[in-house]
Formats: sequence, structure tokens, C-alpha cells
Amino acid sequence: MIKKNKIKIKVNGKNYIVNNNYSLNTLINKLDIPKKMVAIELNKKIVDKKKLKKIILKQKDCLEIVHFIGGG
Amino acid sequence: MSKDKLIIANKGYKSRLIVGTGKYKNFLECSKSVKLSGAEIVTVAVRRVNIFDKSKPILMDYIDPKKITYLPNTAGCFTSDEALRTLRLAREIGGWKLVKLEVLGDKKNLFPDMIETLKSTEILVKEGFKVMVYCNDDPLMAKRLENVGASAIMPLASPIGSGLGILNKVNLKIIREQTKLPLIVDAGLGDAKDAAEAMQLGSDGVLVNTAIAKADKPYLMAEAMKYAVISGRKSYLSGRIKKNIYGSASSPKRGII
Repeated sequence: MIKKNKIKIKVNGKNYIVNNNYSLNTLINKLDIPKKMVAIELNKKIVDKKKLKKIILKQKDCLEIVHFIGGG
Repeated sequence: MSKDKLIIANKGYKSRLIVGTGKYKNFLECSKSVKLSGAEIVTVAVRRVNIFDKSKPILMDYIDPKKITYLPNTAGCFTSDEALRTLRLAREIGGWKLVKLEVLGDKKNLFPDMIETLKSTEILVKEGFKVMVYCNDDPLMAKRLENVGASAIMPLASPIGSGLGILNKVNLKIIREQTKLPLIVDAGLGDAKDAAEAMQLGSDGVLVNTAIAKADKPYLMAEAMKYAVISGRKSYLSGRIKKNIYGSASSPKRGII
């Protein structure tokens, strides 16, 4: 059950529940993700990392947070 | 010789060996191998951050992107859309414009889908990317990639990770002769001999991952590749002798006792 003041979002394919007034910036900080080393996509659109504070998460938002790993 | 640099998208590199960073046992083995190989460019993949376990180390802790050029790739992409999405994200991570495009067409042989590859190259170039393109060893496709603005042509020697070495020397030579773009032989090289051979055909560089990462002794192979590329390059520039089916004595006949 999700409480009234909570919303369900997806982060990297996994369900995640946050407060309904959460900004993307708050989430990234809470997840302890180094902003300089990642790219963020919200509902398949790339997010300008300078504008994270202005983006308030909504129910069913789908986030992808990616970085570089070893590859050939 | 020190002036003989690999130039890609107007930037010069002393090393003509590009190495991949996948398939190593761990980041330490990877970073040590990169160091021993002397490579100044490494390929990297774009993947999800493990948001629930951040105790795991990350690549940037081991290979400093300020010292080594990260070349984001699109490994694992099978359509133009996937590849474009991946590289747009890669650019967002830290302003990377130099990228390696790789659109695969078949899961078993990992050959590139050249129609999707060509389409993606055209779009990426328009978006300001400097695109190094993994492609088949087909001179006609290589020409078309060049025509749409690729920054480097990267034909395969043989299937990715196969270690089969160069299967079609003639095609690579034709591509070398027709293009002024950097020619980087990518995929399939198995050992130092293969890397040297690619360089002797006139390639501007080679890209190696599996051959180093999966060798019994990766550090030794990393060094072997470094010297093979230097050796192959010098050999190519030196102007080799003509082949002759008959012998030609190396010592003078005069003064024979």
C-alpha cells in the first residue's frame, strides 16, 4: 500500500517509493550518486543536470541513471 | 618518430593502441593492463548505476578520465535508436563528443548491422559527435561512412572476441588506400602478431580488448601489444623489401677464403 503523500517511481528498472514533493535533486542526493559521473534520463528524455532542483517527481516517473563501466 | 602521432578529430595521441576495458577480472587488473599497454584512449560502456549497492568500485576510481581519453561505445546495441540513446547519455555524463559507434546485427557472430550503423553515423555527425565507426571490412561501406562524416573507420579483423586475427587483408588494404581518415582495425585480433600485421597493412591504430583481458597473463600481453603496434608501425613506414622467390646472400662474395 502506498500512503497518500507517497508516489511510486521506477529507478533503473526497480520500483522506488518517494514523498510526492520530491525533487529529482533530492532523490539523487539521497541515493548518494555523484552527479558529475552520471547521466540521467527521465521518461526517456535526458535531464539537464543543472535543472535537477526544478524537476518534481511524479507518480510513475521512470528514471534511468547511467555511468561508464568497463567495455570493449 | 615522436612526431608520428595518431590524429583523431584533430587531437594527437602518441600511442596507436586503443584498448577496451571489459572482461577483466577486476578494475585493478584492468587499470594496470591499460597502463602497461601505453594506451591513451580506452573504450567504455554505458550502463545503469547500481543504486542500491554503492560500495562497489567504479571505473573512474581506477582510470582517470582526465589522463586517459574515455571513448564511450554502444556495445550491446542492436538498433540505431538504442545506439543514439546510449551516446546521447554518454555525452551528458561529461561532455564526451568523441564516441565509438557499434550497432550489432547478429547475436552469434556480432557482425555490425551496416544499414543501422550508417543511419546512426549520419544523425550523430549532425548532432556534433565525432564518430569512430565500427564496421565491416567492406570498402564500399567504409566509403559511405566517410561520406557522411565519420571521424574514423574501424573495420573488424574478424568477429569480436574471436581471436581469429585478420581474415581479409586485401579489403583492409583497399580501405587504407581509399581513405585519409584514421583507420583503426577493431575486433578479432588475438595476439601481438595480429596487431603488428594490422599496423603493417597501414592501419593508423588498432583496438584490442579480449586479447589482453583474457590472455593467461594480461600484463604481459598488454606490453606485447604495445610493442607490436610500435613495431608494426615502424615496419610499415620503413618501406619493406620486395619479396623474391630466390635467395640473395647477405654477406659479400669478395674475399671469400
